[in-house]
Amino acid sequence: MSSARHSLPRSIAAHGILITYTLIALFPVFVIVINSFKSRQAIFREPLALPTRETFDLIGFQTVLAQGDFFQYFQNSMIVTVASLFFVLLFGAMAAFALSEYRFRGNSLMGLYLALGIMIPIRLGTVAILQLMVATGLVNTLTALVLVYTAQGLPLAIFILSEFMRNVSDDLKNAGRIDGLSEYRIFFRLVLPLVRPAMATVAVFTMIPIWNDLWFPLILAPSEPTKTITLGSQVFIGQFVTNWNAVLAALSLAIVPVMVLYLIFSRQLIRGITAGAVK
Amino acid sequence: MSALTLSNVTKTFGTTEVITGVDLDVEPGEFCVFVGPSGCGKSTLLRMIAGLEDVTSGDVSIEGRRVNDVAPAKREIAMVFQSYALYPHLTVRDNMGLALKQAGASRADISAATDKASAMLGLGPLMDRRPAELSGGQRQRVAIGRAIVRRPKLFLFDEPLSNLDAALRVATRIEIARLHRELGATMVYVTHDQVEAMTLADKIVVLRAGRVEQVGRPMDLYNDPANTFVAGFIGSPQMNFLKSGPLGISSVQMGIRPEHLEISTEAGQIAGKISHVEKLGGETLVYVLTEDHGLLTVRLFGEHDYQVDAPVWLTPDAARAFHFDEHGQRLRPGERPAAGRATP
Repeated sequence: MSSARHSLPRSIAAHGILITYTLIALFPVFVIVINSFKSRQAIFREPLALPTRETFDLIGFQTVLAQGDFFQYFQNSMIVTVASLFFVLLFGAMAAFALSEYRFRGNSLMGLYLALGIMIPIRLGTVAILQLMVATGLVNTLTALVLVYTAQGLPLAIFILSEFMRNVSDDLKNAGRIDGLSEYRIFFRLVLPLVRPAMATVAVFTMIPIWNDLWFPLILAPSEPTKTITLGSQVFIGQFVTNWNAVLAALSLAIVPVMVLYLIFSRQLIRGITAGAVK
Repeated sequence: MSALTLSNVTKTFGTTEVITGVDLDVEPGEFCVFVGPSGCGKSTLLRMIAGLEDVTSGDVSIEGRRVNDVAPAKREIAMVFQSYALYPHLTVRDNMGLALKQAGASRADISAATDKASAMLGLGPLMDRRPAELSGGQRQRVAIGRAIVRRPKLFLFDEPLSNLDAALRVATRIEIARLHRELGATMVYVTHDQVEAMTLADKIVVLRAGRVEQVGRPMDLYNDPANTFVAGFIGSPQMNFLKSGPLGISSVQMGIRPEHLEISTEAGQIAGKISHVEKLGGETLVYVLTEDHGLLTVRLFGEHDYQVDAPVWLTPDAARAFHFDEHGQRLRPGERPAAGRATP
C-alpha cells in the first residue's frame, strides 16, 4: 500500500468503524455461545459473564443430545439445505444463461416473471402450498421442503446470475460453438467457472434463510423423522417453562454447519474478487 | 469454384436493416479484407459467414455448398477473435486440440496437428501453459494456432490485432501475411484499420452502413475510388476535398491526395495560412487553413522547415485529381455529370 493514498488517521477511523460494527453484530452470537456453557442459575444471575469454574456446566448440551433425536434433526436440515442449494444454483444458472444468451420472443417478459418472486414473499402462498402438498401426498417429507425452498431461492438467483452471465465474453462462447462444443458443454465448462464468484454470493444468500427457517418445517413437515434443527429446538421452549440451557446449546450447535458452508463459499467469493482485480 | 459466395445477403435486427443486399465472391487462396468505420456491419457479415448470426435473406455458400442452415462447427471454418477467446481452463495444447477432439480425431492426429501448428508459430515452449500465463501477443498467436490446427476451408479473422500495441501489431500483421502465403488458405479478415487492409489484402471490400461501397485490389481502390467515401477512407493521411468551382470543371467536389498538392511561399491557385506542421522524419505533413476549402493537408517527403501562421499558396496536380458529383459519386473523364453512378 502506498503511503500517498493512505493516511494513518483515516485508516484508524475506517478500522474503528468496522471493528465497532463487527462487535455489535457478533455480540448476540457471543452471548448465546457463552451462556450455553453455564448453569441455569448462572445464566439468570449474570447473563453477560463468561463461564467460570463454578458456573461452567454442560447440562444444556447433555439435555439436547439426550432428548429427541438431535442428530436426525441436523441431518434433515443438512439434507434440505444442501439439496435446495444444489437445485437453486443449477436451475437458476441454467435459466439465467437462457435469458442472457438467447434471443427469443418474450425474453424480457420471462425475465420479469421469474424475478417477480423477489417482490412477493412465498409465505403468502402457504395455504395453497399446503393444499398442494396434501394433494400430492408430500406432507411430512423432506421433498416438500426442498421443493418449496428451491422455488423460494430461484428468483434472486436468476436475477443476480443473469446479470453476471451477460458479462461473460461472447467471443468465448462463439469460439466454443465453432469448435463444436454443445450448448451444455459451453454452459458447464466455459460459463459456469467464470461466474463462480456470483454463484458463491447466491449460495450464501440462499442458504442462510433456508437453514434458519421455522415456518415451512412447522407447517409442511412437523413429524418426528422430518424435523429440522430449528423446529427440533422448539421442544425446549414451553408455554410456561423454557429450558434455556437446552435452547442455547441447540442454537450454538446449529451455528456450526452453516458456518462451515459459509466458509467454503466465502473463500470462492474472495478468490473471485481478487482474481478480477489483478487480472 | 469460389471459396466463399455471398448472394444478396441481408440481415435485419427487428426493423433495423444492418446488412442490405451484399454480393461477393472470394476466390480460393484469396485474402479478402472487410474494411469500414465502426457500425458499418463488417463484423456482423463475418459472423453470418461463421454461422453465429442467422441470415435474414440471401445465401451464404462455402466451396459451393449452401451453409445457411449449417451449424458453425460443421462449416469447416476457423475463427480468430479480437479478444482471443481462449478457453481459460485449458492449456495451450488443449486449446489448440479441442476442435479436433470434438470432431472425434485420434490422439495421434491431434498431437501431430498441434505440433505442426506450434512449430509454425513458435509456440513450443508455451504448450503446457494456461492462457492466463501468456502475454497478449502470445495469446493471439495461440488463437491463430487454434485456427490452423483445424485445417479449415476458410479462416475468419475478427479484428485480431486491435488489442495489441503498435509494434506487436506490425509484427503479427507480417506473421499473418506469411501464414497466408505458407498455407495458401482462403482468409476473410475484418478490420477498421485501412493500413491493415492495404498491407494484407488481395481484395478489399469497403463497407458503409451495411452496403458494399467498392470491391477491388488495394491499389485499384487507392488509384480509382468509386466515390468520396472510398476515396476518403483509403489512404493516410486522408484525401483533401476541394470545392471545384474555381477549377473550371463541372464537378461539385474535387479530391486530391496530400502528396499531390504543391506548396509554395510565393504563388499558387489556393491561398492559405499554415495552421500546424507535423514532422515525422521521413515525411512532413503541413496543415493549411484556406478560406474556400477549409483545412487541407500537404504531404512532403523529407524534412522541411515551415512556420505556423506563415502565408502559403497551394497548387493541386490536376492530372492526379479525382472529380465527384453532388452525390459523392466519381466522375470519370469523358463521362457526363448526370451519368455519374459508378458501379462498384
